[in-house]
Amino acid sequence: MKVSFKVNGKSETVEVSADTPLLWVLRDTLGMTGTKFGCGKALCGACTVHLNGVAVRSCQTQIGAVAGQNVTTIEGLGGDHKVQRAWEALDVPQCGYCQPGQMMSASALLSMNKNPSDQDIDAFMSGNLCRCGTYPRIRAAIKAAAKMS
Amino acid sequence: MEKIVKNEARRDFLKVSGSAAGGLALAFYLPTARMAQAADGGSPNAWVKIASDNTVTVMVARSEMGQDVYTSMPMLVAEELEVDINSVKVEFAPPAEVYINSLLGGQITGGSTSVRDGWEKLRKAGASARMMLVAAAADNWGVDASQCSAANGTIKGPGGKSATYGSVAAKAATMEVPKEVPLKPASQFKVVGNTKQKRLDTAAKVRGTAQFGIDTVVPGMKFAAVAMAPMIGGKIISYDDTRAKSMPGVHAVVEYSRGVAVVADSYWTAKKAVATLDPQYDAGPNADLDMTSLWSKMSDASNSAGAVFRESGNADAGLANAAKMITGEYRLPFQSHSPMEPQNTTAHVTADKAVIITPTQFQQLIPHVVGGAVGLKPEQVEVQTTFLGGGFGRRVEVDYAIDAAEISKAAGGIPVKMVWSREQDMMHDSYRPAGIYKFTAGVDANGKLQALKFKSTSPSISSRLFPSIVKDGIDPFAVEGIDNFPYMADAGLNFSYVMHDTGVQVGYWRGVSHNLNAVALECFIDELAKAAGADPIQYRIDMLDMGSTKHQWSGLSAGVPVGARMKRVLEEVRKKSGFGKRMPAGKGQGVAVMEGYNSVIAIVADVTVDSGYDVTIDKITTVVDGGTLVHPDQALAQIQGSINMGQGVGMISEITVKNGAVQQDNFDGYRAVRINETPKSMDVHFLKSDSTPGGLGEPATAVIVPALANAIHAACGKRVRTFPALPENVAAG
Repeated sequence: MKVSFKVNGKSETVEVSADTPLLWVLRDTLGMTGTKFGCGKALCGACTVHLNGVAVRSCQTQIGAVAGQNVTTIEGLGGDHKVQRAWEALDVPQCGYCQPGQMMSASALLSMNKNPSDQDIDAFMSGNLCRCGTYPRIRAAIKAAAKMS
Repeated sequence: MEKIVKNEARRDFLKVSGSAAGGLALAFYLPTARMAQAADGGSPNAWVKIASDNTVTVMVARSEMGQDVYTSMPMLVAEELEVDINSVKVEFAPPAEVYINSLLGGQITGGSTSVRDGWEKLRKAGASARMMLVAAAADNWGVDASQCSAANGTIKGPGGKSATYGSVAAKAATMEVPKEVPLKPASQFKVVGNTKQKRLDTAAKVRGTAQFGIDTVVPGMKFAAVAMAPMIGGKIISYDDTRAKSMPGVHAVVEYSRGVAVVADSYWTAKKAVATLDPQYDAGPNADLDMTSLWSKMSDASNSAGAVFRESGNADAGLANAAKMITGEYRLPFQSHSPMEPQNTTAHVTADKAVIITPTQFQQLIPHVVGGAVGLKPEQVEVQTTFLGGGFGRRVEVDYAIDAAEISKAAGGIPVKMVWSREQDMMHDSYRPAGIYKFTAGVDANGKLQALKFKSTSPSISSRLFPSIVKDGIDPFAVEGIDNFPYMADAGLNFSYVMHDTGVQVGYWRGVSHNLNAVALECFIDELAKAAGADPIQYRIDMLDMGSTKHQWSGLSAGVPVGARMKRVLEEVRKKSGFGKRMPAGKGQGVAVMEGYNSVIAIVADVTVDSGYDVTIDKITTVVDGGTLVHPDQALAQIQGSINMGQGVGMISEITVKNGAVQQDNFDGYRAVRINETPKSMDVHFLKSDSTPGGLGEPATAVIVPALANAIHAACGKRVRTFPALPENVAAG
């Protein structure tokens, strides 16, 4: 089927089966590989994107449900988003594979909660797995980003 | 239509020759390609390319999997090359002889060796290149090189003469390679040890532009999803591809050595088509394997005589004469690597060439095994290494590169990106070995150790991967973590190893057997200290071997006693953690110490154990003697990350097998530490040291586990004997 939606403000029309996860449309159809495949079951958060500003797992979001809506990916954060600046200032990534998903979750958290506590961060970010163990820096970077304008 | 996959045994693709020499070189000397020279500008050597526009490219011959080789190794080159580290470009090196890791004997990333191996080599490469650039400029100017100096990519000569590196690079490449290459003293380091240095790959990683293997796109590429038998050693005996072939976008359904692949226009189409194949399996030799029988057989094996790998004095006499005997037994489970990026490879195999683009820790092996699999000579196989979305030892294996190459060939020689599902990644791993670890100690009336017998019973990794280094029943990688036993040089010691295959394929997992032997050892030392009524830190310090004996199986460790270094980290961790203070009911502190990879680490864990034996980690205090820190902030990151991963395997992670298949197939079944389980208080202190760098990517994974177990004992009186320390295992202690 043909599906039209916006990705990072740009209109896109793709022709794929309606059950195709948004993840694979972004990666394979649109060539935007910043969004990562980790588990395919919404267990790791590597594929997190924003759907109308809300963090969703793109591996569990069928493209048919995205028609006419706004998707933001790591590419759409723009590089100068305060979360990206904080991540860079603290050198958060190690292997870096989970970090686009971490930053998409963190930016969604900060859009709802300007000054998250440790408990808020734990509750919101516990769906994003990192095997390198960058969590102490993720925590610190979210707090640093919260202080940025 | 039904097809039968050829009954082809999995190739034994790792046939290495050679022998252990100089500690633990794997002597893996495969023929490798010669270095290609840069077209523009010049390459004074294999590590540095300088373009005429002054772009400096440093070749990184180790795989970046989070551990920072992308920055730390160029820092070593830049220190002596005299260029701005933040302006250098980094390229991952192809397989070539010059890039062999001399601590491992192959172009392998592992064993916490990258910085240790590069410490002199890369600084000399930078210095040698700088000397050739200076010589070229001096020659142009008709002056002696000693009248010139180099800084920040520019050569200055007498009379205000100046030349950029780029302007003399082509000529420099033709200059004589200097025989004597003096290096700066540490006091003059500007790059090495810079606490403000940032990672060179962070910008790409926060923008989503870093290219991992799974992000590879090449012209004309198709996508492959695969079906494999879920049982370890099982195979597909039949399948039905009727539906798959009728699906729009499906290009081909092909068989390869260990499965069936669907090649399609998109990964999702390939994956959906694979789901229709209805494969039937031959469960293979492990069909009945489950944990009850596995542990039962391993327990039986642990009663047999092992191969002795360390012996001194007379352990039997010491035990006979001891005032008291103390025994301890520990069981450690299988673990999966489960890097965040599932295994994948993009392969393009044609009649006379193969291009393999892959996240690998062992690029040197790929031309040989891929060439063998698809009928090409090694020199016809080009390997490109991408960023790795985690490695942890999983990508020392090259199985998935072979699979992708076979699929590309079977699909008619088109470029194919094969991606495994998470389930396939978790169920087709080479797991950290499980094992049984037994101690019998004889102590005197004061509780002091007089004799110690130790036996580990566990599968051997190297028997499959590097059989030539396994000698007299001893796999050097199976005895590390205790072969360098740091206590009581005058006690009677008898340490042995029972090599025991369980049917589960095992592989090198971050920290390898430090994560087994040293975990058990540091738990048992805690038992001895408690039995003696002694402070666990002082008990250890009082027993340290301060001598100078070199151990036989020194592995990738220092190989010499490290008593003085251990004393320092133990004393420092006592201070920093406030160890020994009175704790409220339900709370406890535990300590552990270890030398591994020539780093010495002590950790104190503070925990709370509730009435249901649920454990909360309140604080982790770590003291590290890692020698000279090349990139201090990322040394810290490695310790933080290692502690996190060690916490996982110590507390919650476990791989089990039933009916011959791994039972955990995703991150719900196989638990890994999440941010809410990460301690809020994690202090890491590095001791100042001028010694050569120690390896830091792995050792802390092992030290945290006994520190936690010993803290659990202090908090609730339960000794963890079976890991991970889930409530039921704590309760049973």
